Amino acid sequence: MNTTWDELVSAALLGTERRTPPVRPREGQDVTAALLDAAALHTVRRRAGLVPAAARARPEPAPADPRPALPPAARRRLALLLADRSGSGSGGGRRIGAPDLTELLPQWLATANGHGYQAPADLLPALLEAARARTDLRPAALALGGPRARWLAGLNPQWKYALRAGSATAPGRAAAAGRAGTDEARQVWEEGLFAERVALLGSARRHDPAAARELLTSTWQTERAEDRLMFLDSLREGLSPGDEPFLERALADRSRNVRSTAAELLAALPHSALARRMAERARTCVALERTGGAARIAVEAPHECDKGMQRDGVVATPPSGRGERSWWLSQVVEAAPLAMWRERFGGRGAEAVVTLPVADGWQPELHAAWCRAAVRQRDAEWSRALLGPATAPQEGSSWRDPAKLLSALPPRERAEWVAEFIAAHGLSEAFRLLGVCEVPWAEPLGTALVDALDIARDAGSYPWSFSGVMGLAERCLDPAQADRLEMLTALSDEPPSASPGAVAYWAEAFGRLVGTLRLRAVMAAELAG
Amino acid sequence: MNPQGERWTGDQVLALAPDDPSRKAGGRLAVPGPWSGAGARTGGGAVWGECAGSGGTPYRTVVDLDSAEGPGFHCSCPSRKFPCKHALGLLLLWSAGEESVPVADGPPPDWAGQWLDRRRQRAESAAPPSAPPDADAARGRAERRVRRIASGARELEQRLGDLLRGGLAAADGSEYGPWDETAARMVDAQAPGLASRVRELASVRGSGGDWASRLLAECALLHTLNQGFLRLDGLPGPLAATVRTRVGITADSASLLASATPVRDHWLVLAQSDGDDGRLITRRIWLRGRRTGRMALLLSYGAAGRAPELSLPTGLSLDADLAYYPSARPLRAALGTRHAAPGPSPGPPPGGDAGRALAAYGEALRDDPWLDAWPVLLESVVPIPDPEGGWQLADAQGDSALPVDPRHRDRTGLWQLAAISGGRPVTVFGECGHRGFTPLSTWAPEPVLLSPGLSGI
Repeated sequence: MNTTWDELVSAALLGTERRTPPVRPREGQDVTAALLDAAALHTVRRRAGLVPAAARARPEPAPADPRPALPPAARRRLALLLADRSGSGSGGGRRIGAPDLTELLPQWLATANGHGYQAPADLLPALLEAARARTDLRPAALALGGPRARWLAGLNPQWKYALRAGSATAPGRAAAAGRAGTDEARQVWEEGLFAERVALLGSARRHDPAAARELLTSTWQTERAEDRLMFLDSLREGLSPGDEPFLERALADRSRNVRSTAAELLAALPHSALARRMAERARTCVALERTGGAARIAVEAPHECDKGMQRDGVVATPPSGRGERSWWLSQVVEAAPLAMWRERFGGRGAEAVVTLPVADGWQPELHAAWCRAAVRQRDAEWSRALLGPATAPQEGSSWRDPAKLLSALPPRERAEWVAEFIAAHGLSEAFRLLGVCEVPWAEPLGTALVDALDIARDAGSYPWSFSGVMGLAERCLDPAQADRLEMLTALSDEPPSASPGAVAYWAEAFGRLVGTLRLRAVMAAELAG
Repeated sequence: MNPQGERWTGDQVLALAPDDPSRKAGGRLAVPGPWSGAGARTGGGAVWGECAGSGGTPYRTVVDLDSAEGPGFHCSCPSRKFPCKHALGLLLLWSAGEESVPVADGPPPDWAGQWLDRRRQRAESAAPPSAPPDADAARGRAERRVRRIASGARELEQRLGDLLRGGLAAADGSEYGPWDETAARMVDAQAPGLASRVRELASVRGSGGDWASRLLAECALLHTLNQGFLRLDGLPGPLAATVRTRVGITADSASLLASATPVRDHWLVLAQSDGDDGRLITRRIWLRGRRTGRMALLLSYGAAGRAPELSLPTGLSLDADLAYYPSARPLRAALGTRHAAPGPSPGPPPGGDAGRALAAYGEALRDDPWLDAWPVLLESVVPIPDPEGGWQLADAQGDSALPVDPRHRDRTGLWQLAAISGGRPVTVFGECGHRGFTPLSTWAPEPVLLSPGLSGI
């Protein structure tokens, strides 16, 4: 056994016909057999004599996560939801009562985060994979994954996205730094990665808005333009009059995007100097006029876009196909505080103002600008007035975006308005409106929706004409509606106008809806522990 | 049947699934919606229910959990999967607790009760084969088989001789055909063990890196096995038994259980893993005796699309008799009498460090040189991830580490292990061999079976 393994391998590679191998055959033994004997001895000796390797650098231990673990049933549910993520579609059509679990994952994650649980460690790889494939899952998945998910992502380049992710999702050092004003926070702010800094700013903003602003001011001059824009954007949350001086300075920023964002934020502060300047401009353009006994609104659009307007964020050049004066007017009205119009229109409230006739065909332009202002300033009174009654015909008001206006109303009122809308107009235009309602849908919206589906079925249409609404309903309808829906499932008399087979299809569609609602109730109960 | 009570956990139910699609389909059916009349027998044992499908008649599903051969399933659906998604969905629902599938007040409905009774009767009548088989005929068959294998082994020796005379370098891609043919001839010679080693040879060629070194090693071990079989009578009894097993002659488990001295212990289920070669699913279940400290491996087979019958949930402990198959280094065993239902087991069993794991493998090679790996418990190791493939499990103390078998570099289970450890020491069970370590399960601190699936797409 003085031969080395390498000698045996090269002998075997060349073949014993070309080279005599370094082995001595026994009496009567073939030389190849002797070579194999020697190789076998070497192999077993080598395997039996294996010794450990030198350990490479061990990873830093993951930061502790004090959040409680999921209840066992919820833990199993998460495993199922994650196992299903690639499953839908391949199963050859879903069956009655078998919901698409992928669609329920976002809701499950949101509820779990609401309870403040941490993700089970053994499911983190599947969770990170799911969120890698679906960006919409990322914030909630990474929040649930917490510091350990982030730690794990740091070890696998496939999960880099988790390190880039922004505020609510990047705890780690930033969360540890916690509040602004501490030395640690300052260190993260000055030396941290961009994601860590955004996370720090976001969390500081929630706890101590003024300290967050100070942090931002301290390095503002040296930040890059795109970073300034991102940081400025994070002031949107918790915006207050205290931010005005800082924003006012940002109006003189080198970057145009920073300037216009600052102007937008200032316009959302009704008592800011910018808002006052805009009010002044708007006042010169829009006036109440009396001809005979009737009042109407007269509009005189701006004749120029001066330096002052441009500094306050008004864009001078209109998009193609648009007159520049009407373009300037719409920007001025949009940025002016809505409260000014009461005084301007002789003490009239929003509801009265929107009913006033507008001279010279300016009505669409003016009302559209008010709509944007109502949304931006989150003004419920103006939104309500501009929306009008839900039962009114919706034709001829293309300037209005009801879904956006709804978002400025309190959730309860939103649900009521959409419920009335559905009762009056049916489901065909309801999809976007339903999308802005709070989940689960409050009453009377749920009942109105079930009624509308019932009517659609009785009218004899096929359920897939409403697949968008049905899909939303699976995720958003209050599970308490399941009992009523179940009764509808049981109904089986064919209405005279029904399309062939429609009854069976409806039964299946309702069955599936009921199944999903029940599953959601089960999932919520599991998470409640 | 589980630490919380008599219901299984969802993971334990999912371990029954024959494949991934079934797992997913079962998960989708694990909701109360489609089920009616679902119930469970007092004290566990059986679960039944009716599941509304797309057609008019609901499917009737019943599961027998209280049987010596492992759970039995029956469903009126046309699926060829076994267990089908309905059985899995029903069990998952049952695992969720009393609210989902309540314990029935009375006996099961007739359709379920009849099947359960028939199954019970069958199990009792099938117990001992009463008539002694014709011993002479059996011996004659066995001798004929030994002769056929011996001629196969001689033919294989010739092929190996030819290969080495011409040189491994000359054996290029065109050699695949002949190797396949040789493998088929070994199947004809009733030596499946030799056949699979021959197929292995074909796959080593051109597999990159030091393929020549690996090919020579495999050829040499195959040669030793052939020679061992051709000199079977001259070998000591246990080694002869090992050679027979390696060649592909396995003892019948029923006669083994009847003749061998059983080892009774509380067997902790360490891990379960399924291998699928397209025709057959092979399930491996690793056990460790609490009293004896011995490792054991149970094998169970299922035709494609059917899960092997035997399923033991990881982390439970089983008071049972095992009969080890005769071998110079016994590991494989047959499961005999179970003295009690599986119960919970406290924490991970004791293990060793990286050096001891390799020593255990080396030790085992002394008895069985054809062993690729040996089951070991590693205590206090830190997984060191490396997306490039060079994962390690490092001792918490000192600077020794076991490399992870590079064939598993893309497994989700490795990342699970890293996540569970969080950079801190964990106990890991797996196989330690010449290719490296294959992690199979860990404790977090509850037992976790590591996923065999691939990460990424």
